[in-house]
Amino acid sequence: MQEFLDLTLGGISAGAVYAALGLALVIIYRATRVVNFAQPALALISTYLAYSVTRATGSYWLGFAVAIVAGTVLGVATERLLIRPLRHRSELSSIIVTLGLLLVLQAIAGMIWSNEPLAFPYAFDFVGRFSANDLFVVLVVLVIAALVLVVFKYTPLGLRMRAAAFAPEVARTLGVRVGLMLTVGWGLAAAVGSLAGLLATPPFLFPNVLDGVFVYALTAAVLGGLDNPLGTIAGGFVLGVGLSYVSGYLGPEMVTIAALAILVVVLIVRPSGLFGRAKVRRV
Amino acid sequence: MTVRTSIPETRVEPVTKKRTVPPLLRHVLFALGAFAVVVVLTLVTDEFTNLRIATIGYYLVAVAGLTLLTGLTGQVSLGHGAFMFIGAYTVALLVRRVPSFPLWADLLLASAAGGLAGLLAGAAAARLRGPYLAGATLALAVGLPALTRRFQDFLGGSNGLSFTVHSRPAGIGVPELRWQTWIVWLSVLIALVLVLNIVRGRLGRDFRAVRDDEVAASLGGIAVGRTKILAFLISAVCGGLAGGLQAFLLGTAAPGSFTPALSLSLLAAVVLGGLGSLWGALWGAVALVYFQAWSEDLADALHLNTDVANNLPLAVYGVILIVVVLAFPRGIQGGFQRLRGLLRRSAEKKENHENH
Repeated sequence: MQEFLDLTLGGISAGAVYAALGLALVIIYRATRVVNFAQPALALISTYLAYSVTRATGSYWLGFAVAIVAGTVLGVATERLLIRPLRHRSELSSIIVTLGLLLVLQAIAGMIWSNEPLAFPYAFDFVGRFSANDLFVVLVVLVIAALVLVVFKYTPLGLRMRAAAFAPEVARTLGVRVGLMLTVGWGLAAAVGSLAGLLATPPFLFPNVLDGVFVYALTAAVLGGLDNPLGTIAGGFVLGVGLSYVSGYLGPEMVTIAALAILVVVLIVRPSGLFGRAKVRRV
Repeated sequence: MTVRTSIPETRVEPVTKKRTVPPLLRHVLFALGAFAVVVVLTLVTDEFTNLRIATIGYYLVAVAGLTLLTGLTGQVSLGHGAFMFIGAYTVALLVRRVPSFPLWADLLLASAAGGLAGLLAGAAAARLRGPYLAGATLALAVGLPALTRRFQDFLGGSNGLSFTVHSRPAGIGVPELRWQTWIVWLSVLIALVLVLNIVRGRLGRDFRAVRDDEVAASLGGIAVGRTKILAFLISAVCGGLAGGLQAFLLGTAAPGSFTPALSLSLLAAVVLGGLGSLWGALWGAVALVYFQAWSEDLADALHLNTDVANNLPLAVYGVILIVVVLAFPRGIQGGFQRLRGLLRRSAEKKENHENH
């Protein structure tokens, strides 16, 4: 019972991180129908910047802020420089380009900061069952998710972003700057992604640290339907707890395989995700 | 949302009236010629280059399989390293546990094991598309090597399994590595002849039809799901064979060689060579081996520190993926085709000029 409780609580804080990174994927997918495979790398670079700033100044929070700003800038730059030229190209093109960016950024991180693991601090005390840090992670992610939902649903900016994503031509005639909205979407998503990176990385930072997290985030997003922020957040928490049980009862090495199994089973049963609406494909 | 991909259409070859040699025979003759070229190349080069030639060989078969899957049927796999992983460990386990098996049986079983995994992956993949499929296959690449830590005693943990294969019959006076290179290329060419026949045949047409328009293909009587699974199967068999050959050549199978980065660099090779062309697979495989080699040379020449040197190949693959998709969507083979077209046109122009 004790173990079960510990695993559940640990799963909740891990799941919060998957939900946040998944949310970053969903924001972009909604706006541009692109899955940003470079998302973990954008978050990685931000986290390394946080590491350097924290080391230079001694302030965790200054590094934190720098990472979020840097992530936003990287997201905006990615959309403008790499994704926009592919607007009228196939799905495959954007998948390949974001993968290319993933490799380049991971390699750059390795070149600058080396492939060796560096110690990266937690925000708060992390000792014990559901530590202060765990609480912080869960709270931050819930607050951010709520903010994103509010922005999307109830603000003029959110209305314009949704319009730009779903009916770009109509939106344009009504005076929405569609291109700008897509850029804002990428910036917002990358900021959320960087936040997830900062929360997921400790205790050690190395170029591949977010690979696994990304797979789980993608799984969470797919469980949610890739289109559905609320579903993704729910998917993240469910997955976090589920994988925590797998790790505890079957062994930590089985976690990625379990994520894969969940992904495959869910997609076979419901190809558009647990919470996604099935779409009729137009011919 | 339209699902059409912008993969260059494969050129329909003009029907020539004089074609008397059946395709299979033509491919076999071509393979024999290619094998002769490889043998000559290994004889005139040193051991070090022999190893590179052999490496190109097993990458070629892996890249060709991925080309068939991604270029021909339009399914993206980010997990093809996983099939190589399975092939490599199959050979390693067979050599260690059942040493009485001949090498060709080991390699066949490695291909079969890869194929079995591909069948499972394909059955799931047939229902997925685009980003969903990419995500699932990426999970495969990240997750599978972790099994070595779960079954430490059986799979050797993170050190992997080492073994030696003495494949060279006594009395043949060639160095072991040269002999191995020949074995690798012989297997690769046999596999490629089979793949080439599939691509050129009816199944190949079905693949392209599914890629270009699934709805139209199914209206045309093609079982779309089954076709996609078959593509996965064939491509995974190639991956399994490639992994098996790699293990045979290096005498080891370790999880560190099958990172997600391997899967992504295989995709880089496909994209660089030119999606949808098996010749492109050759250029891609050559590039894969030589970019690695050149970046090592460059790092030595410029006295780059190890952090930069270790990460240089990955950076190069990443830049290739981006630049090729943005600027040269048809890859190297597309460039060759265009060059040939230009030459032909200029020759025709000259001819016209002289006639007038």
